[in-house]
Amino acid sequence: MAHEVPAMPNRARRHHSPQAVLLRLVALTRKEVRQLLRDKSILAIGLLLPVMLMLLFGYGLSLDVRNAPIAVVMEDASPAAMDAIVGLQLSPFLSPVMLTTMHEAEALMLAREVDGIVRVPGDFSRAMAAGEASIQVIVHGTEASRASIILNYLTATLAQQGIRRVDRSGLDNTSGIGSVDVESRLWFNEANTSTWYLVPGLIVLIITLVGAFLTALVMAREWERGTFEALFVSPVRPVEILLAKIIPYFCVGIIGLTMCLVTATFLFAVPIQGSLPILLFASVLYLLVALGIGLLISSVTRNQFMASQVSLLASLLPVFMLSGFMFDLRNVPAVINIIGHLLPATHFMSLIKSLMLAGNVWPQIILECSILAAYAALFIGLARMVTRKRLD
Amino acid sequence: MSSASAAVRIEGVHKRFVDKESGRTIVALRDIHLAIPRGTLCAFVGPDGSGKTTLLRLMAGLLRVDAGTIDMLGVDVRRDPQQIQDRISYMPQRFGLYEDLSVQENLDLYADLHGVAAEARVQRYQRLMDITGLARFTNRPAGKLSGGMKQKLGLACTLVRSPELLLLDEPTVGVDPLSRVELWEIVEQLRRDEQLTVIISTAYLDEAQRCAQVYVMHEGEVLAHGTPESLSQHACGRCFTASGDSRAPGRILQSQLLDAVDMVIDAVPLGGAVRFVLNEATAPDAAPLHAILKGARIEAEAPRLEDGFMVLMRAKLQHAAAEPRSAVPRLAARASPAPDPLAAGGAMIEVRDLVRKFDDFVAVNSTSFAVSRGEIFGLLGPNGAGKTTTFRMLCGLLPATSGFLQVAGVNLRTARADARRRIGYVSQKFSLYGNLSVLENLEFFGGAYGLRGKRLRERIDTVLEQFELRGLERTPSGHLPGGFKQRLGMAVGLLHEPDILFLDEPTSGTDPLARREFWRRITSLADTGVTIIITTHFLEEAEYCDRILIQDAGELKALGTPRDVWVQAGHSATSSLNMERAFIDIVQQSRQAEILRNAEVAHGA
Repeated sequence: MAHEVPAMPNRARRHHSPQAVLLRLVALTRKEVRQLLRDKSILAIGLLLPVMLMLLFGYGLSLDVRNAPIAVVMEDASPAAMDAIVGLQLSPFLSPVMLTTMHEAEALMLAREVDGIVRVPGDFSRAMAAGEASIQVIVHGTEASRASIILNYLTATLAQQGIRRVDRSGLDNTSGIGSVDVESRLWFNEANTSTWYLVPGLIVLIITLVGAFLTALVMAREWERGTFEALFVSPVRPVEILLAKIIPYFCVGIIGLTMCLVTATFLFAVPIQGSLPILLFASVLYLLVALGIGLLISSVTRNQFMASQVSLLASLLPVFMLSGFMFDLRNVPAVINIIGHLLPATHFMSLIKSLMLAGNVWPQIILECSILAAYAALFIGLARMVTRKRLD
Repeated sequence: MSSASAAVRIEGVHKRFVDKESGRTIVALRDIHLAIPRGTLCAFVGPDGSGKTTLLRLMAGLLRVDAGTIDMLGVDVRRDPQQIQDRISYMPQRFGLYEDLSVQENLDLYADLHGVAAEARVQRYQRLMDITGLARFTNRPAGKLSGGMKQKLGLACTLVRSPELLLLDEPTVGVDPLSRVELWEIVEQLRRDEQLTVIISTAYLDEAQRCAQVYVMHEGEVLAHGTPESLSQHACGRCFTASGDSRAPGRILQSQLLDAVDMVIDAVPLGGAVRFVLNEATAPDAAPLHAILKGARIEAEAPRLEDGFMVLMRAKLQHAAAEPRSAVPRLAARASPAPDPLAAGGAMIEVRDLVRKFDDFVAVNSTSFAVSRGEIFGLLGPNGAGKTTTFRMLCGLLPATSGFLQVAGVNLRTARADARRRIGYVSQKFSLYGNLSVLENLEFFGGAYGLRGKRLRERIDTVLEQFELRGLERTPSGHLPGGFKQRLGMAVGLLHEPDILFLDEPTSGTDPLARREFWRRITSLADTGVTIIITTHFLEEAEYCDRILIQDAGELKALGTPRDVWVQAGHSATSSLNMERAFIDIVQQSRQAEILRNAEVAHGA
């Protein structure tokens, strides 16, 4: 049956021209920017929250141990005993509390007022003369990583004092405290400040927040408010709707990133050892991944509350827990390690840490950037697939 | 096969939905066939849930058909929805305006999306602004417009360009009569000037009467179609008006007629008389009928589309239910007849010099009126006239700026909580908890009103009977059909036996069938002594009211019985009244006077 194919009227065909596409894209983007600027809550999440997080994590959350209170029980008040613990008083990492009985020290420990006890026994000077002096060190172990740091500080401080004493006495002492000269050095975080370690991770977190969390709300909002139904019955193409959502939030993400880098460099003096352009390029790739995830969640849930919950669970929390932001993935069980490596954030995390703290490691840059580009294409492609101009 | 003559050709279309929560399949459309010629105006009418919206969405390519074909402007919608969306304009029932964008920005967005040229825009905007009266608000965020204004802006956004076909889904719900007339002028002009095909779904049968083709839909099927005249013929020779004592409200005779279910198909108070449609079996001179009419003068009338619609619907419903329609349950009549509003002096509501300002804007200006017990009092006015503000002040939801306001003998300015206990409120939107069952909602709100124990159980039993909700106690209220939701809303509003019931646009967007049932309940409620305050945009419904108040721009423009208002509008007391005419006359006269006054002031200065 010859079906009469009606000629497409001119005014229908003109909607395909590049000018028409551009006009629509500009109109939609302008709409999106206006909504963004007028909705104070979005601006607050997009711009204020990154700064707050930077300051909070930079100043408030630190994994370093400084001025840890230590009870020092001096059961022997001889000059030799005093000499043994003088190093503790000079250490910037420890702040000793001088006591005379073990009983008092235990009480302080139970009250969690001290993190450890250093006990110089009553027979210290006598034992020292015999060359077998010992000092008891007890550390509160509830926070394992903090405890091991304190233990290290204590033994190192006590050992140093031992070395000095040996030097002074000129005796040849091959056993006991202070017999070995241990000199340790840290690479890639010379200062061993956790700010250096946290700030690059924070950049990942903030890009995820702006990209995935904010955009998760924007598509869902249109579904919820019923604004799509009228918009769909117009020459608008789905890809234009998506692009108009990506463009403004991409800009917000870049602003957030810039703010992070500026604070990192000038406020926390975190170095950027690698190349800045590569750092920016990788960040843009990861921002696209985050935007893709956000749009995908938003298009599928079509509900702002659900979208925010899902994006929190699927993007923000994994960045915290599984990307190596806080916990090194090499120390976790294999299954968690594999799950961690499925996350795009993990790849960006390791890349940005090495770019900022170590320098340009080309094989890693190429590998991680390719992975991020593939994820970006995947998520934006999926978002495009689920964004159809249909209500069912 | 030529598609040149038909703008829309639908063949054998089926559409089903799966309800996500219950997993049940709902048949939305069943074997729809229709053909709409180019350049015509066509209407879909039918009750809630009859499939009108689904059909329009299928035509717009927003949904996919399960079976059958939809050919729009010579294009198979299923194959190329984008081409259709390039060429048509569609106004959804709930037009999603961008609420944080201004009126102008919303318009510009749609003009840009449709690629309207800059020079065409100027002219178009001017015309749209004139018609919608939005010119004063171009910089206001769309979210800050009144409900009717939003609807008008939605229509303006839809009409920024001239499409080849226009789909309008209930475009006039919540729009006042004045604006409705104006909107129809645009639509008809577009059709005339540009040979535009217009397809509209509506609950207003007087609007459908303007269309060349009308499709009556019911439960996903086309029940009947044809010209309004041919559909009216279903009620041919069965339409009459009964005019009796012109001082008594028409609703008394009307409710008696409507309750005579074995003789009367439909009855409405109209033009100061009662218009009714008899069923086939009843002759106009039947003795039982005259027992009701009690010597009222009867005249035969030409059938209208609404009469034909009611005949079709009643036949369908009776056939489906296989049981006769039952009258609304009778309520215990009040002990004594309602005292005369003025003689008794015990006004349920008394308002003197009521003023409400929002910053500099005067929403309600020195308004005074009184409502007596058992009265049905209608608050009418164009969109943005201050009705909602007045309404909210009466309910104690909004404090007055100045003036005297007494409700059920309690001064609202000094004892708001006390007054609230005496009133019930049914909002426009369904505002109960959708995931609680009918019974749970009643228990919760009963508790909130301070009812408990035996008293609460008694009241719940009473309202369940009164609003025929028995058997639905365990149904989640969100799953109830529209009419039942409204009944539940009223049941909740009446749980604590208030003296006054406030109803905000309860009939917006509902079909004539549901409106009859609703008003029958209201009139019987008023008979028990409950005072009813109601807002509506259906002006013919003003005739159910004992008295009405017309507001415009915050000022009281007319007050009195429907006939008083008809006379105030400048018509003779004996002529047949037309409330829509009276409303439009009063509003236009006051607006012209305003313009003249402004001109004089300008001249004088």
